[in-house]
Amino acid sequence: MTRNIQTAPAKGELVLRLRGISKNFGAVSALTDIELEVNAGEVVALVGDNGAGKSTLIKILAGVHQPSTGTIEFCGQAVAIENPRKALGLGIATVFQDLALCENLDVVANLFLGHELSPWQLDEVAMEVRAWTLLRELAARIPSVRVPIASLSGGQRQTVAIARSLLLEPKVIMLDEPTAALGVAQTAEVLNLIERVRDRGLGVIIISHNMEDVRAVADRIVVLRLGRNNGIFLPDASNQELVSAITGATENAVSRRLDRKAGLVNEQSGGAA
Amino acid sequence: MSQNQSNTPARAQQRLDRSDERLRHDEGVFDMAWGFIDRVRSGDLGMLPVAIGLIVISIIFSALNPVFLAPNNLVNLLFDCATVGVISLGIICVLVLGEIDLSVGSMSGLASAIIGVLWVGSGWPVAAAIVAALLVGVAVGLIYAALYNRLGMPSFIATLAGLLALLGMQLYILGPTGSINLPYASSLVRFGQILIMPDWFSHAVAVVPGLVMIGKGIRTRRQRQAANLSTQPVGALVIKALALTVALELAVFYLNLGRGVPWMFGLFVTLAVILNYALTRTKWGRSMFAVGGNREAARRSGINVRRIYLSAFVLCSTLATLGGILSAARLASSSQQAGTGDVNLNAIAAAVIGGTSLFGGRGSAYSAVLGIIVIQAISNGLTLLNLSSSLRYMITGGVLAVAVIVDSLARRSRVSHGRA
Repeated sequence: MTRNIQTAPAKGELVLRLRGISKNFGAVSALTDIELEVNAGEVVALVGDNGAGKSTLIKILAGVHQPSTGTIEFCGQAVAIENPRKALGLGIATVFQDLALCENLDVVANLFLGHELSPWQLDEVAMEVRAWTLLRELAARIPSVRVPIASLSGGQRQTVAIARSLLLEPKVIMLDEPTAALGVAQTAEVLNLIERVRDRGLGVIIISHNMEDVRAVADRIVVLRLGRNNGIFLPDASNQELVSAITGATENAVSRRLDRKAGLVNEQSGGAA
Repeated sequence: MSQNQSNTPARAQQRLDRSDERLRHDEGVFDMAWGFIDRVRSGDLGMLPVAIGLIVISIIFSALNPVFLAPNNLVNLLFDCATVGVISLGIICVLVLGEIDLSVGSMSGLASAIIGVLWVGSGWPVAAAIVAALLVGVAVGLIYAALYNRLGMPSFIATLAGLLALLGMQLYILGPTGSINLPYASSLVRFGQILIMPDWFSHAVAVVPGLVMIGKGIRTRRQRQAANLSTQPVGALVIKALALTVALELAVFYLNLGRGVPWMFGLFVTLAVILNYALTRTKWGRSMFAVGGNREAARRSGINVRRIYLSAFVLCSTLATLGGILSAARLASSSQQAGTGDVNLNAIAAAVIGGTSLFGGRGSAYSAVLGIIVIQAISNGLTLLNLSSSLRYMITGGVLAVAVIVDSLARRSRVSHGRA
């Protein structure tokens, strides 16, 4: 594997591989020996309980934190991601949970923020055309790109945030809880969007607590528990399997709750009979 | 949902930015007028309060004293506008970031003192004295930026401290005499008091904005058509340009009945045009509004936020210095009173009355031009009525309060109408 980083990887090809990534914050080891592979045109879901290390892992890939040990291979070459700018330069884009959009600016201005065309005489026409092309490729439903972000719905804002991350032609895109704040229809729109991004040949890493959403779009589900890999599942894995991998026990709060409910139902039906 | 998605040939013909069926399409001149009314209703007032304010002020003051609308009084008004107006341009830069500079009055007073001491007192060439004063302005801006960026000091407090420190410095360098007269025959004082554009020149200049508007409009139109984007109706463009030209020509004609258009006012408007271009058409300006709207988002998009704050503070202090130099020229003196009293508040009030929000992220360089005309018209009108400065202060304070209330209410309305 000595391919050039510049050329886009073919679908199904390995773009990102983490080997033995560990991260210590003082005495606490947030991540231990994490292995993760992301292929082009694939959605990998990263699930785990609070404190499992999902966000730390994302931050390492976004260049916010440095791993204590381990290697990151990007398109077959070992890379060091020292800062967010480096991550963007390599082609790793991140959509943060709070989206980080400027509500007072319009969609075009937000998409190109920090990367405006011709800085001394902004090329509004070219930027608007590029914005429409990008949004159309994503089949995004934004009524006008000349309205301020403040007038868009949560789902539309999420769309703009995702579109912005795609502007720099990344190869991997990471989404932190993209559906956490969204309604039913908007969640579906964002999931559609993720599938379209995947179909463009990007590797997608998605963090979510919502098992339903995860199963709907993910090609693989990587479970983290207390900073360690705790299994890789296919989306057809049962809820029981996933939950026990996440919580680390077949006997856990979720299963106990289910058992209790089942017991309650049994009692009731037994009483009736 | 899905039945709307069918790709009929008619849809394929549509403009790139007009394909969403939920969007109302403003095509003709009348639709544009409706769009304007819509915007105002939702709290996007723009320049409207200023226009209404000016009309009300003119009616009241000309009824009380007909001299108010006499051409020569208006010429004097424009001379006065230029000095504080330039300071107000700097205020706009910091307001767009959601910050404030309360020391612009003292800064301008210090600048006028520096001019007096170096030029008249020490015999420096006037240009050297001006450059020295501007450099002091840059230095003060750098200090504010360092306090804000490195030490996290709120600009409100940093510049409040600066207000006192700069005033002290002004008194210190003026020494016990307290006042230095600038020579009347000098070009600087003539610029501040007498120099007027020739009639033909002022008329020629008044045509330029309309021509630029049409030229730029047609170029943008062509580019947008080539890119398959919707375009503004030509009619609206021509009407706007025509209205602007007629209004400017009438104003110039009326002023030329008196002494004419002051060069100093020309300088002020030129600076406003430059600042407007920088704020709306450059990456720097876009970054300014981004930082003012959402600092963290701007930082994550790779904008150097600290450098943006630095540029705004330096620009504000430097423009305040320039305003101080102009007011020294206007008064032909450097005194302990320069830059005190209502200068500070007038500069801030002008920006806010013109439609620049105190909350950051919204504003325009032209708000300084319109706002300062309102402020100076009130102050001029009250002076013509022989009101004491006690009453003038109270009335100006009231007007500022009203302007800020309008800003707050409009902002609330914008939020509820989804216009940020």
